[in-house]
Amino acid sequence: MVKKKLVLSFPPRLTQQPVTYDLIRKFDLQVNILRARVVPRERGRIVMELKGSAKDIKAGLEYLEEQGVQVDPMVQEMRHYSDKCVQCTACTAMCPTDALTIEPVSREIIFEPSHCIMCESCIAACSYGAMESQF
Amino acid sequence: MRSLEEINDKIKSGKVVVVTAEEVVDMVKEQGVKKTARMVDVVTTGTFGPMCSSGIYFNIKQSTPKIKCGGGRVTVDGVAAYAGWAAADILLGCSAMTDEDPRNAVYPGLFKFGGAHVIQKLVSGEKVRVQVRTYGTDCYPRKEYDAELGLEDMNNAVLFDPRNAYQLYNVAVNLSERTIYTYMGVLKPRLGNANFATCGALSPLLNDPKLRTLGIGTRIFLGGGEGYVVWPGTQHVAEPERDEKGLPLTPSATLAVIGDLKGMKERYLRAASIAGYGSSLSVGLGIPLPVVDEEVIAYAAVTDQDITFPVVDYSEAYPLGRPGALGRVSMAQLMSGSVEVDGKKLPTGGLASRARGREVALLLKERIAQGTFLLTRPSAALPGAELAPGL
Repeated sequence: MVKKKLVLSFPPRLTQQPVTYDLIRKFDLQVNILRARVVPRERGRIVMELKGSAKDIKAGLEYLEEQGVQVDPMVQEMRHYSDKCVQCTACTAMCPTDALTIEPVSREIIFEPSHCIMCESCIAACSYGAMESQF
Repeated sequence: MRSLEEINDKIKSGKVVVVTAEEVVDMVKEQGVKKTARMVDVVTTGTFGPMCSSGIYFNIKQSTPKIKCGGGRVTVDGVAAYAGWAAADILLGCSAMTDEDPRNAVYPGLFKFGGAHVIQKLVSGEKVRVQVRTYGTDCYPRKEYDAELGLEDMNNAVLFDPRNAYQLYNVAVNLSERTIYTYMGVLKPRLGNANFATCGALSPLLNDPKLRTLGIGTRIFLGGGEGYVVWPGTQHVAEPERDEKGLPLTPSATLAVIGDLKGMKERYLRAASIAGYGSSLSVGLGIPLPVVDEEVIAYAAVTDQDITFPVVDYSEAYPLGRPGALGRVSMAQLMSGSVEVDGKKLPTGGLASRARGREVALLLKERIAQGTFLLTRPSAALPGAELAPGL
């Protein structure tokens, strides 16, 4: 089993296409939608976690690309700028998935992108602009 | 035990023993108060967090013809400044905003650029735009002034904070049904989180809770440079309720501090845009405590387990000024990542940075050890305090 967190961006014409359903039915993938923004006549974006065999995931991703869906790894979507961060830890109370935690001895912030579901709760909590979303 | 002069002599000769308020905790645990007090000459403390009651004043060089800012209108990078005194002195508070900023009209406001951001720009070496519109006089005929100025272009630039270094602060929670945006950060509904704003066992005034070694005239670490305690801070409470260790249980001491902005650093003077609340300045502040008697060490040995803060609801109790707390939690609990309030486990978030407060205490320790920072004798005690007999 392989797990992948991805950001799917698709042109407006694809909003009618049930790509999620296809990923499940045709490629036997477990799809967990973490976040989505689909507005009529606008470019849509979905953050999802895919779970399945390496072979199925590869085939699923190829299918998405054939459809014209742009697939990016999620890592770059949320950024923690350590030069702006003052290690106040306000963000850690807002983070629902422990993507932002505190190193217990140094009391510094650790950002683990693989835990991040891009809920963006940390952005309002940060007074120093140290968290930025590209979503 | 040892006088302030003896401590300063040791600093000058490089023989001084300095430890931080965190380091002293373990020393006292291992060796006791008496032995530690014999070994250690100075304990350094530190804190770093938003201190909204902060600002600067500066004096601009006169142009030809001369201009009288007093009575006119001054903005710095568009941010409203105050010039209600003589010709060329301008005051800028960290919470001041531009006229164009929507503030909370678009809720929650982002407060991206205020007085604090101007201050941060200046200490980072950037220039800011000073615009003056005023009336002319026979001695000051000029009516308009518009210039890009950096710290080096100003005659004087001074950080002056009427209220910093709160000894005790609330832990903020939200009992209401909606998310609220406060100076204590974003508070999620139905006790969603608990936010605290203190460096606990490293915090200056919690290591000398009765203000025995500091007072008016004490030289301190301020914003990366040097400053002085000049007065009790506004809202200073002389006689708070205390626990058996002398730690305050109710609102207590604050400090008014001052220092040369030209010697300060961006790392310890940072603009904060607090969502839904406003612009604020995070200040790095550290106070050295001279070990003139054993009591200094006994108080400085305070631990995060010892210090407790009242938990206050910021949805109703605080804004409506209703007394009463939802209980008390210790600094150690707050630092563990969660506290229990009303039987519910809440994640905790900080506003003050323990990591950067520690940096302040270590930097101050280094300056003292290297002989570049000498201690001063307070000229007067703060209200409610009595200076240690050795001072």
